[in-house]
Amino acid sequence: MPDLGTYAVEVSLAYGVSLLLLVAIVALSVAQARRTKRLLDEAEARWKK
Amino acid sequence: MSFWEYANPRRFMAFTDRVMGPAFVLAAVALSVGLVWGFFFTPNDFRQGSTVKIIYLHVPSAFMAINIWVMMLVTSLVWLIRRHHVSALAAKAAAPVGVTMTLIALMTGAIWGQPMWGTFWAWDPRLTSFLILFLFYLGYMALWSAIEDPDTAADLTSVLCLVGSVFAFLSRYAVNFWNQGLHQGASLSMDAEENISDVFWFPLLVCLAGFFFLFLALVLMRTRTEIRKRRAHAITLRERAA
Repeated sequence: MPDLGTYAVEVSLAYGVSLLLLVAIVALSVAQARRTKRLLDEAEARWKK
Repeated sequence: MSFWEYANPRRFMAFTDRVMGPAFVLAAVALSVGLVWGFFFTPNDFRQGSTVKIIYLHVPSAFMAINIWVMMLVTSLVWLIRRHHVSALAAKAAAPVGVTMTLIALMTGAIWGQPMWGTFWAWDPRLTSFLILFLFYLGYMALWSAIEDPDTAADLTSVLCLVGSVFAFLSRYAVNFWNQGLHQGASLSMDAEENISDVFWFPLLVCLAGFFFLFLALVLMRTRTEIRKRRAHAITLRERAA
């Protein structure tokens, strides 16, 4: 761990918040993509019948 | 093959299926290398101390926040002029990524500002135009969800995007227009005199590449999702009519 000195809280907070937001947008996008693909597959299967 | 052929949803889906995976890999590698390099292996600044490490998040996210809006502007114009649905859906897909980048830039800026400026926030030209850009992102997303007809939604959000572009450009050039406020000049410059030291510059470049590839991968994935949603909606309408 690098020596963050007197600003350890600020630097850690900035990294924590940013990584959390990045992970959230990736997770949300992946979840939406999977859900929509499943819904479309179901709709296409119904339509072909 | 013409660029416009990718406006065909089938061609777009086939092309992005090949590109999206490598974009995610490049994003993961560049972000891991850049952030680890910047956080663990760069020195503290003689004035800013360790808060200089926030630059690896703040600068790329602010850079992307502005440029994602510019990308939305271009795709909105393509929609308004050529009526390609994929371009309108790409703009819609980019907005949540843009709002995330803007939020990261605002929050990391505030966290850095408290120890360096003595305040989390100041009504400085660049900060204020960035906050307005954030509100425009939220308004843009709200407008898309408020209108049921997708073509009308695309038309109105495109107009909103044109108006919001003023603030996207202002947030980039506000420092040059007004010689007041707390925010310093650009950290990224081709001028060696103005640019930051190489020891910070190289990991920052890797982080910028990481943020760009992450955006590229996400916007491709989210545009594919929007195309699929549109297709599922069309099937539902046909089922109802049959």
